[in-house]
Amino acid sequence: MRSRDSVPAANMAAEELPSDFDIVILGTGLAESVVAAACSRVGQRVLHLDRRSHYAANWASFTFNGLLTWIEEQKEESKPEKIEDWSSLVEEGEELIHLSNSDPASITNLQVFSYTSEEEEADEPNTIEEEKAAGEDAVKESSETESAGSKEEEDAGPAEEEEPAETEEEEPEADQPPTSPPSNQSEPVRKKISHAQLVKEGRRFNIDLVSKLLFSRGSLVDLLIKSNVSRYAEFKNVTRILTYRHGNIEQVPCSRADVFASRQLSVVEKRKLMRFLTSCMEETEEQTAYSGRPYSEFLRDQQLGESLQHFLLHSIAMVTEDTPTEEGLASTRHFLRCLGRYGNTPFLFPVYGLGEIPQCFCRMSAVFGGIYCLRHSVHCLIVDKDTNRCKAVIDSRGQRISCSHVVLEDSYLDADRKRTATPPRYLSRAVLITDASVLPSDPDQQISMVTVPPTTTGGPSVKMVELSSSTMTCIPGTYLVHLTCQSVGSAHEDLLPVVTRIFRTTEPQEEDRRPSVLWCLYFNMADGSALEVEGHRVPSNVYVCSGPDGALGHEHTIRQAESIFQKILPEEEFCPPAPNPEDIIYDGDNASPGEDRAAVENGGNQEENQEKEGNQEENQEKEGNQEENQEENQEKEGNQENQEKKGDQEENGVNQEPEE
Amino acid sequence: QHGRVKVKTTAQQEEEKRKEREKKLQIYVAARDACFTKRKDGVFDDEALQLTQQLLSSNPDFATLWNYRREILLHLETVRNQDEVQKIYEAELSFLESCLKVNPKSYGSWHHRGWVSARLPRPDWARELSLCDRCLSLDDRNFHCWDYRRMVVKMSGVPVKQELDFTDRLIGSNFSNYSSWHYRSTLLPLLHPQAPDTPSQCGNPPPSASPQTHFHRVCEEQLLKEYELVQNAFFTDPNDQSAWFYYRWLLGRAERDEMISCVYVSREEERVAVAFSRPVNAQSVGLLLILDGQPQRVEWQSVHPHFKNSPVWICSLPPGTISDVANEHNLTVHWTEKHSHRDCALYTGRSESWCRDTATDLELFRSELSVEKTSVLQSELQSVRQLQELEPLNKWCLLTIILLMRALDPLGYEKETLAHFQTLKDVDSMRSAYYSDLCSKFMIENTILKMEYAEVRVFSISDRKLTTLCHLDQLLLVTHINLSSNQLQQLPPQFAMLQCLEVRIGTLFFLLFFINLNSEISTLADLQPLASCPKLKRLDLRGNPITQTTNAEAELAGLLPSVTDLLL
Repeated sequence: MRSRDSVPAANMAAEELPSDFDIVILGTGLAESVVAAACSRVGQRVLHLDRRSHYAANWASFTFNGLLTWIEEQKEESKPEKIEDWSSLVEEGEELIHLSNSDPASITNLQVFSYTSEEEEADEPNTIEEEKAAGEDAVKESSETESAGSKEEEDAGPAEEEEPAETEEEEPEADQPPTSPPSNQSEPVRKKISHAQLVKEGRRFNIDLVSKLLFSRGSLVDLLIKSNVSRYAEFKNVTRILTYRHGNIEQVPCSRADVFASRQLSVVEKRKLMRFLTSCMEETEEQTAYSGRPYSEFLRDQQLGESLQHFLLHSIAMVTEDTPTEEGLASTRHFLRCLGRYGNTPFLFPVYGLGEIPQCFCRMSAVFGGIYCLRHSVHCLIVDKDTNRCKAVIDSRGQRISCSHVVLEDSYLDADRKRTATPPRYLSRAVLITDASVLPSDPDQQISMVTVPPTTTGGPSVKMVELSSSTMTCIPGTYLVHLTCQSVGSAHEDLLPVVTRIFRTTEPQEEDRRPSVLWCLYFNMADGSALEVEGHRVPSNVYVCSGPDGALGHEHTIRQAESIFQKILPEEEFCPPAPNPEDIIYDGDNASPGEDRAAVENGGNQEENQEKEGNQEENQEKEGNQEENQEENQEKEGNQENQEKKGDQEENGVNQEPEE
Repeated sequence: QHGRVKVKTTAQQEEEKRKEREKKLQIYVAARDACFTKRKDGVFDDEALQLTQQLLSSNPDFATLWNYRREILLHLETVRNQDEVQKIYEAELSFLESCLKVNPKSYGSWHHRGWVSARLPRPDWARELSLCDRCLSLDDRNFHCWDYRRMVVKMSGVPVKQELDFTDRLIGSNFSNYSSWHYRSTLLPLLHPQAPDTPSQCGNPPPSASPQTHFHRVCEEQLLKEYELVQNAFFTDPNDQSAWFYYRWLLGRAERDEMISCVYVSREEERVAVAFSRPVNAQSVGLLLILDGQPQRVEWQSVHPHFKNSPVWICSLPPGTISDVANEHNLTVHWTEKHSHRDCALYTGRSESWCRDTATDLELFRSELSVEKTSVLQSELQSVRQLQELEPLNKWCLLTIILLMRALDPLGYEKETLAHFQTLKDVDSMRSAYYSDLCSKFMIENTILKMEYAEVRVFSISDRKLTTLCHLDQLLLVTHINLSSNQLQQLPPQFAMLQCLEVRIGTLFFLLFFINLNSEISTLADLQPLASCPKLKRLDLRGNPITQTTNAEAELAGLLPSVTDLLL
């Protein structure tokens, strides 16, 4: 499954929803989707709704144009909610809890900067309709955009500057003679990519709102394998770990092959590093002696040398100077255990972006009968006063739907019902489209995890993930860079210093080989780990899921989903392996378990479907996948694919494209 | 239970699988029988091709079927035109690819692929090479594929440089790979051969005399790069042996020049003994003895009937030819096969004479490890010692240090070498016997060197815990030997090489032989090799268990009649 609209949703325009479910789930973020899959898998009737028009909530991935639209939506002021009178649907002894129908708090401080050239570089005689539409998107975007260009980004320029010419843009594979690009430098000039081109090829981007990686022995990978959900996704290895040190980007040698190949380590350092990495897997008395003292101190006393200490603390353990030794060792061990399962780094990244993952679980849920509606929400919960249990919900169409449990994303709850950490915690995010890698290499299709230690004392340490076009998240010739840290100030304040150090946002200077930023987005997102596990003012059968947290892995969310599942169904197994299609017994005329329930896309998604069709030429695989959806024979098809791969991948359990 | 997916039970699945298997077997057996019948009837048609394909795709290790298939293909070659043949073989290659997916290590499939590739009218070697690339990226130790790759490279003339880069890549992704290192060792001498005028051993005959010595050597500049590469590997993981073995290869293993190393002549015995730099069969290498300008008809004998190849050969001269002390004789032994010869003059009044080069450590033993320059070895020793400081108990590191020390200065490093051997035996007790033997060998080499430097003919090595005796061919001229207080369990048949020890310095000469203290010589048979030392006069066996045997003295007298002085 690769596209955000590929999970079938019931067509509710024509018919009403069934009025009785076991579980109603609101929000299609990762935790909610995992709960949905787990519950459907063991036979619960699941209704899974999202008021948004896209799957995966704040875990979503967007095309470039989709992201521009999302930015729009975030700027819109939430309309005051009309309080409707539902009294006709409420019986005696019942009361209502109104749910929030917008999410003003989770995304804040949104800022967009565009540094692409708007010069007319090539004439493109034929402009098709689509491009016009795309251009309009960009126009909309420009009204919010603080222009930068070659000037300082703080000077908000006139909006017109951002407006790309609709009919003139550079074609990447244009076979016209190179007349226009000025090449006054002797070295090869990096190809300038215009804003219009980003918009035109915007569909080939899959830009994640959160930036995380999968630890190859982390709980998400385990879950994907155990549940067979892995058959719906493809993964690539993160190919290298980098770090920012002394003003340079350096490669961190962590696997045996890296250490062997490293040019910056002396042979003695290599031995010391390898010995440390081997010895720290076992607990020693020496380690216990340092418990409670900082890990950095422990490392300092291991005669490791300055660069090795940096690598171990910031890039391998990924902790701070004051993290206690036992915690530092635990993260080091986790890192090392994950190493070598699928490749030279401990991390996997899903092809087509992280937004795929929640959708994979939704798909699993749909296969086992879960019903899906986007742009569909629940206005209020109906609570039995005596038992303090939610008996039913009233959906956005005014239908009363009874249920035994409700799982909801925290943004559906009014702030006064939630218990969160004080002061509230936020994540600072930046998304950059750049024209080159932070550490060019051959081959150039690298996927890099970059750790940037605090630039000032007490400042946040920044995790940066650089994706190449091999991940199908950006167009060839560009890189998609995600920066994440715990917020101290706004995202822009927190991350700008790092961005300006590593990238260039001004016109190229002589000898400046840093990658150029073509476009970037800053925003803050509420830190999901700030939401308390217990203590919300909700009925006892209502469970609250948090949004994404700031950690690199997915442990927090998977743990949360599993614990919610166990509260709902304490007797049942969490995501047992899905059976192979040939082992499923079909009775009567129902050809497949998901078929009778999974219906066509709702109206909103059909538009996107058309968009996708344009995309099909570019991507055969997507095409195949879409047809698959149309035939609604998902499980069988998906499984066949999987079996073909099985031969090579049996040990790994997770599908993975071979490295080129 | 509503909505819950119904899944077949394990028993149902098992039953289905069983039925499936039975059906498969029936089809398989029927196809096999059909193939055999067809082959018997000499039918080579497309149907046979199809049947064998069907069977081989499920069982690619069915060698008979591959043979049958080749017969069919050879037949088709005669009845189809070239384009059709090309197509048939191309189809064969893609079929083979599917077989290799079933079993990437199938002997039959790889062999057939080699055969097909060689017969293909218009081979596409680039495609074959990329197949090898793919296959080795999945399993970098698949030796079948390595073999096939070498064939493809040879047939299509892939540049050596490209292949070397390929090994770079594989070693980069995982250096625990003998195949890659080995491949390097065959490629480097082709790409970076040692310049012919660079002497590899100081003071040696010019390289033209023995080109094979230099054939596998690599130029120094490249060698230094290789040292660096391999050091990166063993510093990263000192327990990985593949890198250490490659390192040993890099340090070099010179072949000694083949030559006659010593000619010895005894007036009293009227015998000539010849020692060679390596074991040879003197009866077949064309050995010619010329005495005072006259070729002699002599019969060369190995020192021991067991040895068809021996480094020491003896012959008796016709009685009376050299027995007169007043005569001077000139002897030349020619090794016609190798154009090598050695002269020896027996002067008036002398009872024996010999001729050989003054043996040095360089010639005798250093070649065991290295022909590299001392400066290079010295810096290598330094880096390995650096590693040893970090990993004091790593056996590969210790062993390499010992070898480097021996190459540099065997006597100077003797004490350290012994200490390292002790550590080795402690950390790798499984191989302590191997280390003891190796240590014995080195101690014997050192003793021989000391003997050479002192220019004496007494070989004395006592209380060194020797477990084995070697280099006995080097003791051709020894008159006295003392092996007391060692841990020898038997005397090797090579002991007979001391038979050539014919001494004529008066009658005082005797061969002294001590074995005692905890030694394990317990049966008479263990002393058998001594019987072939005809001049053995005195034997000291005090402390050996054999002395406890009844009748020991009488039996020894029978076994060793020449011994006149027996100490028990």
